[in-house]
Amino acid sequence: MQLERKTKIDSEIPTSSMPDIIFMLLIFFMVTTVLREYSGLPISLPKAKRIEKLKSKRHTSHIWVSKDGLISIEDKLYKADGVRHVMYEKRVADPQLVVSLKADERSKMGLVSDIHTELRKADALKLNYSSKTAVD
Amino acid sequence: MKTKRRFKGGDIPTSSMADIAFLLLIFFLVTTTIDMDKGLGMVLPAEGEELEINKKNILNCLINSTGNVLLGGEPVEVRNLSRVVRQKIAENDKLVISVKAHKASNYNDYIKVIDQLKEANATRISIAESN
Repeated sequence: MQLERKTKIDSEIPTSSMPDIIFMLLIFFMVTTVLREYSGLPISLPKAKRIEKLKSKRHTSHIWVSKDGLISIEDKLYKADGVRHVMYEKRVADPQLVVSLKADERSKMGLVSDIHTELRKADALKLNYSSKTAVD
Repeated sequence: MKTKRRFKGGDIPTSSMADIAFLLLIFFLVTTTIDMDKGLGMVLPAEGEELEINKKNILNCLINSTGNVLLGGEPVEVRNLSRVVRQKIAENDKLVISVKAHKASNYNDYIKVIDQLKEANATRISIAESN
């Protein structure tokens, strides 16, 4: 005698809403992606304990300073007094601008101080000294 | 004779839409870098904004070219800096710490000092121009 199963379990995953889910993920990743990435200069960042995260990549602009005293913004080399014009234009375009200073740990303070002065003149006052997390 | 074209209503094929969306999704997944930049935050004073501060509320912190720190006229070890500064802030909560680094001093030493000041919860940090 053969037994017949009375209850039939519907064992299919509903696929009708899948495109919606995919689109939602897609939009999330589209929004968070920043396509323009600059390679910068080869540096080794200093280490610090009290670090904070930068809020948004979109409002961040990087300045690379190598140990030889080269300054690079968006993969172009500048002299210390050329930083002002570039940063001023960026500041006008984006009032929420945060400047992330990626300086080598062996770079000299004289140059960093010059950049401070330039940033003050360009009215880009929110600065972040990019650093790695120190482990003690 | 005129040929009559009868329009039968066009349908966009939606069955492949999910595939296209998947493809785009994978592209953006690959190009996204989630890791955020991190570092020590600092707000510079605006140009021409020089405040007169009472001399007793200023604590000078000098860094020389070899990375030694002079805090208020006394040499202090960098790793003890946060403890000393915390003590001084407890004595005077209006204290402004003025950090001045020698031109030839290393950026690393400067970051260490700033880190120690942040560790001591010093909110009023001023950066003097090095010369």
